[in-house]
Amino acid sequence: MRGNLVVGGTLVGLVVVTALVSFVWTPLDPQAVDASVRLLGPTSDHLLGTDKFGRDVFSQLMVGAQTTLYVGIVAVGLAAAVGVPLGVLAAMGPRWLGELVMRTSDLVLAFPALLLAIMLAAVYGASTLTAMIAIGVATVPAFARVARAGTMQVLSREYTLAARAGGRSRWWIAWRHVLPNISGMVVVQSSVSFAMAVLAEAALSFLGFGTAPPTPSWGRMLQESQELLAVDVRLALVPGLAIAAVVLGFNLLGDGLRDRFDPRLEARR
Amino acid sequence: MTSTADSATGDVDAGEGPIVAVRDLERTYRGGVHALRGVSLDVPRRGKFGIVGESGSGKSTLVRLLAALDRPTTGTITFDGTRVDDRRDRDLGFLRRRLQIVFQDPMGSLDPRMRVRDIISEPLGRTRGRDERVAELLEAVDLPADAGDKHPHRFSGGQRQRISIARALAPRPDVLIADEAVSALDVLVRQQILDLLTRLVDEYALTLVFVSHDLGVVRKVCDEVAVMRRGEIVEQGPVDEVYDTPRHEYTRELIAAAPTLHGALSASPTPASTEPAQPES
Repeated sequence: MRGNLVVGGTLVGLVVVTALVSFVWTPLDPQAVDASVRLLGPTSDHLLGTDKFGRDVFSQLMVGAQTTLYVGIVAVGLAAAVGVPLGVLAAMGPRWLGELVMRTSDLVLAFPALLLAIMLAAVYGASTLTAMIAIGVATVPAFARVARAGTMQVLSREYTLAARAGGRSRWWIAWRHVLPNISGMVVVQSSVSFAMAVLAEAALSFLGFGTAPPTPSWGRMLQESQELLAVDVRLALVPGLAIAAVVLGFNLLGDGLRDRFDPRLEARR
Repeated sequence: MTSTADSATGDVDAGEGPIVAVRDLERTYRGGVHALRGVSLDVPRRGKFGIVGESGSGKSTLVRLLAALDRPTTGTITFDGTRVDDRRDRDLGFLRRRLQIVFQDPMGSLDPRMRVRDIISEPLGRTRGRDERVAELLEAVDLPADAGDKHPHRFSGGQRQRISIARALAPRPDVLIADEAVSALDVLVRQQILDLLTRLVDEYALTLVFVSHDLGVVRKVCDEVAVMRRGEIVEQGPVDEVYDTPRHEYTRELIAAAPTLHGALSASPTPASTEPAQPES
């Protein structure tokens, strides 16, 4: 389905643009507290109203997109940077190494990611960094698995045999044949993992183990809205919908890319 | 200079005896599958040696062992006087240059992400004059000079096999193994690729090991043949002798079952080829 790619790409693109714009411009200072304008509904000054401290919700939402993307990029980048080489090694190296990598990744997978993040936060203090690392570590197995499966697929092709018969080393085969041919799968996995990372960061911030105040974060906006649910649902709705949109966007993008990279369609490209 | 293996081969008396000698080769895969059970053969220098058998007869295993891409369970393989079956990959440089393979699958044997130029020059590694060599090879296999800039999916099955042949010829090998190299092609293209292969083998004075399930093709190309069945060689000798007076019952069955090349050429094309207009069965 091309629709997935378009809708997913649009949603993701919207968030990326929002985050980029927020670096140079927001309607108001997202951290400016003003008691005289507490809990306003949407006005021309405050497009999405204000929160209980009188901060502009729209500005907070924009800057919160930074945090969301930042956490996603670092966590997924870390997971891919560690997971992909591990997966390739697991497929190409000696049998015992492959077993070791896969069993360890089973172990990490079996361990709840949020619990790991809470443990890290307890030891090193709650921060965006600990959240990113925890989410990244928890995501490594996903990449290792994808990379290992992809590598084994590539190694079963005759062109890797031809490369060996041509006297090329394992490193050459990994670099010139395996990595380019599994890159599509890795991109798809990145998109799906990104969605999960966004969700995890929001959950951690909601629980108070993620991004610390005063840096705006969608998860913490959600948490702060909790006590005011009866007063104004808007404060929960705004960050909630933003999180939902990003998660949906990345998942759709992942699905769309998966179709695009489907090996059965390869010949038609 | 590069490795001790090179100088070692230099010491051995070259030019005498078979270029590849296989003795009592056995290969048992994990799980107890006996792919090869005691195969011995000699590939004569500059000969055209055919290996015939149905799928599952152990041909592919034998090819992998001949190219030292796998290790035998027992038995020895000697290439030009040097044992190759017990060496590590890094000590096989001389074999990698002197023996090359053309694989069966015109799609799977070329990396879809690489340009044809890089595919063909892959066995050369980082050497000078790569581009000149690629141009030479493209010409030798009758591909246009600009083919090097394209990716393999832009080419037809027959053209891809030409690319495969060009890659195999790149390091100027002495021995060329064609592993079902024309089996995936339709009849007319098959003939063209066969003509090209035999022409190049003659031109460069190569030793050809031609592996196929197709008796007609083997008879046309080879001057000596080994018939394989269930991991064993049931019969071997000069092609005409084996075909005209087969001694083993299995060979007789194979010959009786196989359509002749002439017949295949005059009959309607195979379903995979141009027109599936004529109803089958």
